[in-house]
Amino acid sequence: MSNIVTSEAGKKRPLLRTLEIDTRLLGMIGAFLAICLIFNLITDGRFLTPRNIFNLSIQTVSVAIMATGMVFVIVMRHIDLSVGAVLAMCSSVMGVLQVRYLPEHLGLGSAWIMPITILAGVITGALIGALNGWLIGYQKIPAFIVTLGGLLIWRNVGWYLTDGQTQGPLDQTFLLLGGVEGTVGSMVSWLLALAFSAAAIWTIWRARQAKIAHEFPVKPLWAEGALMATAVVAILGFVGILNSYAIPVGRLMREFQLRGETMPEGYVDYYGLPISVLILIVIAVVMTLVARRTRFGRYIFAAGGNPDAAELSGINTRLLTVKIFTLMGVLCALSAMVAQARLANHTNDIGTLDELRVIAAAVIGGTALAGGVGTIYGAVLGAVIMQSLQSGMAMVGVDAPFQNIVVGGVLVLAVWIDIQYRKRTGEKI
Amino acid sequence: MSDRGIPLVELRDISIAFGGIKAVDHVTIDLYPGEVVGLLGHNGAGKSTLIKCLSGAYQMDSGAIYINGSKAEIRNPRDARRYNIETIYQSLALADNLDAASNLFLGRELVTPLGFVDDAQMEAETRKIMGRLNPNFRKFKEPVKALSGGQRQSVAIARAVYFNAKILIMDEPTAALGPHETQMVAELIEELKAQGLGIFLIEHDIHNVMRLCDRASVMKNGQLVGTVRVGEVTDEDILGMIILGKRPDRGLC
Repeated sequence: MSNIVTSEAGKKRPLLRTLEIDTRLLGMIGAFLAICLIFNLITDGRFLTPRNIFNLSIQTVSVAIMATGMVFVIVMRHIDLSVGAVLAMCSSVMGVLQVRYLPEHLGLGSAWIMPITILAGVITGALIGALNGWLIGYQKIPAFIVTLGGLLIWRNVGWYLTDGQTQGPLDQTFLLLGGVEGTVGSMVSWLLALAFSAAAIWTIWRARQAKIAHEFPVKPLWAEGALMATAVVAILGFVGILNSYAIPVGRLMREFQLRGETMPEGYVDYYGLPISVLILIVIAVVMTLVARRTRFGRYIFAAGGNPDAAELSGINTRLLTVKIFTLMGVLCALSAMVAQARLANHTNDIGTLDELRVIAAAVIGGTALAGGVGTIYGAVLGAVIMQSLQSGMAMVGVDAPFQNIVVGGVLVLAVWIDIQYRKRTGEKI
Repeated sequence: MSDRGIPLVELRDISIAFGGIKAVDHVTIDLYPGEVVGLLGHNGAGKSTLIKCLSGAYQMDSGAIYINGSKAEIRNPRDARRYNIETIYQSLALADNLDAASNLFLGRELVTPLGFVDDAQMEAETRKIMGRLNPNFRKFKEPVKALSGGQRQSVAIARAVYFNAKILIMDEPTAALGPHETQMVAELIEELKAQGLGIFLIEHDIHNVMRLCDRASVMKNGQLVGTVRVGEVTDEDILGMIILGKRPDRGLC
């Protein structure tokens, strides 16, 4: 806001403007809360239990990771229809390595299996992504066609790698990345929650200090305080819920037995934050930093807003295209890692239809297909909304075909609402 | 012209063709420091194409560009910027979804010691230069699509001026402006000229040409009709060059 408007509007400014909150974000959070409350009502309180929220979180991670990359792709006016297939390809490489080759050479259960597997998966994803980007950026084949081809190609290359067989059991350390098996426990979760809260407060405070240093107008202190409080409550609340999900007694007893101890009477322990959710948080934070605070991110948005202007400003938009698709490929590999660890093996149909879920998550999260507009948090929230709808309906016992009908309808509805919103705020659609 | 020393820019014998059509056909023009050279001609005469060879947007088929007497290799807009050539395009070349500061520094962002873009610093610099160019400018936070034509123009001009351009290319800078803003651009051109910049001005309005330019080069059908000293010819002479391709009998250089 400019100086004049600030002083003219004075104290009469609406609350949302004072807080400088994105109304679209607020709308999405509202929709999400509505979905949760409705399902909670229908299922007699089974939807909003720590157990279900835990499951929801780990089910969302795979799509959400890819959705953060899809934001960049769509912002640059491209599309990637091959993410589900690339995920399957990376997953097959990682599956074959863990099940067939690495145990043979390194010995079963070697500590090297996990890092080598992940590295190989990431390299596979990066190479496929770079190839896509080169075909799109330098050879000028439309992204729709290149990735439509990829959709047919990569899952089936993966099929040949595995001879169509399910790959399992996976490496024990690797399984920790999936979620159910790998949580950090309640103690570490609380510590992390405190660290995240401190980081949130510090970020808001530092932004304010930077504005003051340049003598820009700032929000009133209470508004900053309210934002900080909201962030802290949200972080602590989420971790608190996950920390109240108790590990079943049977599993605890098994763990004690494995260590040759007996479990004390009345012993309880809690899951806490799943490692996969931590991975998603780290990726989302890094991707947000990339989008907002790096030249690379700035160029993506500039090229999406006006490709000619970006080119005339000396930005190499072709190379930029290669970079965003490479990044997309790497994120597909990380998604594959989380997805196969959660499912405990690689199957050939892993990630089927994920391309549609990922695109839907990004679009529901406010990424405009016309390019130039999109946020990482929006895409993650979009993925959460999609997943809650899907698992809520499954919980209620809605037939699978009808679930898809609803999800499809919601996607179209979300874009329609977004268009109405943009019309009202006078944005270009 | 040899009495004026080495030209700041010399475009020598430039040709460029698109699919068999010669958009620019063996054109030679030059520009001296502290001088405004108008580029005139009908739509499609090849002015913008010629100038885009200098700004790096197009690559010429043949010919050479000399800057301060030595041959310059300009293959893309980055190269042009390295020679301190700044361009204000007719389309303004702004990313509509970004704010003024992001557009001003696009491709040349200020970064913090950690390598992150320093938005606060860039906004401060933008406020500084806008305070000089267009003191009424207030919309620093909005994406530039929310700006009026004149405000967008001032962002584009600020971008060219901020980075210490030595050679400035302006493609119809006043086309979308009201009289007040046109006057502001005219004053700015005078000021930059006094600072010793060389300016190529693509302009349709013959009055602006007579008022702002020292020399005018007229193109027709991709070829150079001729270059005249504006002070020694009349409107009619220049119009005759543009419309008929007729070289006047005075003021040629």
